[in-house]
Amino acid sequence: MTGTPPTPHVPARQARQARLYAAALAGDEPAATAVVQDALADGADPEDVLLDLIAPVQRTVGEEWAAARITVAQEHAASAVNERVIGALVRHAAPTPAAPRPGARPRRVTVACVDGEWHALPARLLTEVLRLRGWEADFLGAQVPTPRLVEHVNLTGPRAVALSGSLATRLPTAHAAIAACQAVGVPVLAGGAAFGPDGRYARLLGADMWAPDARAAAVLLAEHEPTAARRPHPAAPPHLADQEYTLVARSAPQLVRATLAGLEGTFPAFRDYSARQRRHTAEDIAQIVDFLAASLYADDPRLLVDFLRWTADVLTARGVPAHALTPTLDVLAARLADFPRAVRHLSEGRWAVSAAPSGPAGHSGHSGHGESRGTA
Amino acid sequence: MRDGGFRKTRRAARQGRQERWWGPAHGGTPRVDTSDIRTDRPSHAADTGSTVGTVVAPGEAAAWEAAPCPALVVDGSGTVRRANEAARRLLPDATPGTPLHRAAPGWLVTAHTRVGPRVATHGPVADRHLTAHPTPGADGDIVWWLVDDTDRRHAEEALRRERRRTAFMTEASEALLASLNLERCSEVTAQLAARHLADAAVVVAPPTGRRLPVTYCDPGGDVTHGLVRADPDQVPGLGEALSGFPPVPSRWIDPASAPAWLLPPGFDGEAASLVITPLPGHGVPAGALVLLRRAGRGVFTEGEEETARLFAARAGVAISAARLYAEQAGTTATLMEELLPPRLRQTHGVELAGGYRAARAGERVGGDFYDVYRAPNAERESLVVLGDVCGKGLEAAVLTGKVRNALQTLAPLSVGHQQILGLLNEALLDSRHTRFVTLVLASVRREAGRVRLRLTSAGHPPPLLVRADGTVTEAETQGSLIGVLPEVRSTTAVTHLAPGETALLFTDGITEARGGPLGDELFGDARLREALGQCAGMPAEAVVERVQMLASQWIGDRGHDDMAVVAITAPRHAHLSAVDGHTPGRYTA
Repeated sequence: MTGTPPTPHVPARQARQARLYAAALAGDEPAATAVVQDALADGADPEDVLLDLIAPVQRTVGEEWAAARITVAQEHAASAVNERVIGALVRHAAPTPAAPRPGARPRRVTVACVDGEWHALPARLLTEVLRLRGWEADFLGAQVPTPRLVEHVNLTGPRAVALSGSLATRLPTAHAAIAACQAVGVPVLAGGAAFGPDGRYARLLGADMWAPDARAAAVLLAEHEPTAARRPHPAAPPHLADQEYTLVARSAPQLVRATLAGLEGTFPAFRDYSARQRRHTAEDIAQIVDFLAASLYADDPRLLVDFLRWTADVLTARGVPAHALTPTLDVLAARLADFPRAVRHLSEGRWAVSAAPSGPAGHSGHSGHGESRGTA
Repeated sequence: MRDGGFRKTRRAARQGRQERWWGPAHGGTPRVDTSDIRTDRPSHAADTGSTVGTVVAPGEAAAWEAAPCPALVVDGSGTVRRANEAARRLLPDATPGTPLHRAAPGWLVTAHTRVGPRVATHGPVADRHLTAHPTPGADGDIVWWLVDDTDRRHAEEALRRERRRTAFMTEASEALLASLNLERCSEVTAQLAARHLADAAVVVAPPTGRRLPVTYCDPGGDVTHGLVRADPDQVPGLGEALSGFPPVPSRWIDPASAPAWLLPPGFDGEAASLVITPLPGHGVPAGALVLLRRAGRGVFTEGEEETARLFAARAGVAISAARLYAEQAGTTATLMEELLPPRLRQTHGVELAGGYRAARAGERVGGDFYDVYRAPNAERESLVVLGDVCGKGLEAAVLTGKVRNALQTLAPLSVGHQQILGLLNEALLDSRHTRFVTLVLASVRREAGRVRLRLTSAGHPPPLLVRADGTVTEAETQGSLIGVLPEVRSTTAVTHLAPGETALLFTDGITEARGGPLGDELFGDARLREALGQCAGMPAEAVVERVQMLASQWIGDRGHDDMAVVAITAPRHAHLSAVDGHTPGRYTA
């Protein structure tokens, strides 16, 4: 959610970003707030501070965490600081109420994260940007159950719902939320890494709009004309007819169990794993199955491939050869031999992993990355 | 002339088919028996004459003359050669020798004189509508068979109208039933009415106080809302329509006499006709629908009025359902407000954060609860409580409200935890509730850069203490649950939190969450402790978020119990921000 138009103050801005990043990582809220107050004192527009200072810093936090260069504690502390900094900023920046057409309903919009989505910051930033632009924006926060979202929409009658998601594994849930909002006659703008770099999954799931960043989202929402006409209910993506997604998603625990048993037979090193290593392996397999299910849902092997590439990178960074993943993929493919799409996606993933550069020799087992996530 | 014979045979066959075409439209008339024509036809008929009229055998000629279908024989030069009785009745001038254009309507003349093969055509004759089918006669003559399909056309037109109406009703029902939002229902009603029934439309809701909420839709489809201070009885028919019962018929009024507020912005002076239709709701008036048409469009036909009535019935039901829903939801929200877990904030130099997830998707309250009773000043202890009422859903939530109220009263008494628990126990034993409660009390006070804690568990999992070095220990407190036994006992633990250290209060919804990679494992104590080990130095809300996130990921899409978490944290930085809890912040729905 950035989008950085060129300005003459790039070095100053980069220096500020570096200061804010350092303060956030240290959990130093006063220092972080001072950076933002300096920027405002220099005449920076609050929206620019949100999107060109705080957002890039938060994105860096996500990237650094994804690459395992900062700890979980640092990541959470930094996010919490950024969250508080946003709070401090919006208290100082009075929104400029755009004069709505007389008699027109106030421009109200609901901003929510997909159920199961914990990265609320991009949605929070969009909320604040919309408020600065004169919208009445309701922020429902992270992890919004779809029934709660629909209830809110019914009560407040927003012109649109902005749905944020960073985790591709939540695409089926996002689909349910999109369809539910549309069923009560409210269009949905989708945004966030989960919907693909070009919004391809937003289109696949029938979202009415997709925006690559908060500014584009604000423009799209402002241009969108509410209408009484309703589109016919979009049909489910046709590839779901083969039931592969449903069966893989429903039997995920059994698949994990079977894959663990399969590794026992085919991967000698596995027998020497400690209980902790086995637990992490099980979590990793569950993640792979989750992403496989998502790639089947979207009918796009890139979802699985990108996740496996990222996992391979993390493993490599930790001194584990990336091909440690291949026995798992082979066992899974054997278990799913009757599922042609799953087999194809797994084989594309296997190819991507074996093509990745190998790290240092020696296998220390899967180590503590059982909570992989995108870098929204 | 063998060809002629062949043609005649085909003609006879066609005639047979035509008999079936016109038959249904002339139910009572005697039908031509085509088998008769065939058997009567002399084998030499084709050889004997130049026109149909002159060559036919007497039986055939009589049949031709008596045929119920008007038929004209017209030659290549456009002269009528022969007309049967039915044709003469229809076109009195169609006597033999008359040019066709004198005897027949223009559309038939055009069809006859067109270049190339003649094709069936149709057009009006007086008040009837006919389709003319050409068949070749001898020597380039054309026999025009005029089939009266007036009734069929009426039926088809009625069917088309009915289909349009059905399609409109389907669209309207779908659009109206989709939303339970009152404003949106009014908007949709105004827009659909303006688009399908009129040029512009206005939905007038029953008055709120002395004002009338009005939703206008102009011919461009743009919707505006207004709140008009006006007396509906000043507009003929509007007062009755708004009172809804007994039902009143639609009322026509002269647009010139309508007050300006009743017309969509920019539409005044344009309306040529105006009708007010009541919107009947679920036994309550939903409002009135005003339809406005411009001059060119004509007044409403009976069928259109009927359509408008049907539409108004559907719109009225949708609007009153939305109104009832809004009223109910408003009531629920008011009651719920008391039961929702509070937004925690920094209290006298102690960081507090809470997280809650109800067992049932979409619900916001359940049997778990937490609350904080803020001390009047930093010298006194604030009381934090987290607990679990047995049971789920709203019923359990109501009891949590009572417990929270009771504690609200007890907290400022500056008595020990044991006494608070004893009084609460008595209150619950006396109440009609048979449920019991487990809870943790935490009294917190900032003390020289650290946070002093008194922790007491009453039948509840003891809080976990996260130390700066990442070790996690259980607070040494235990006690009996509340609301079962006449006497309760408990032990209180006293401890201090150094900057960055946290005490985590949680309900067993977290540790007993089932899921994980294998689907049926408990999240468990060990996993919670391991997760907390990484939380040293984190702000309170980050600890809460972390625990909630791990538990939720563990559960996946499976069912779960209510889950509540509260983190009490000693801030790492001496200078505390003025996070006042009023900002929209991190919380989960």
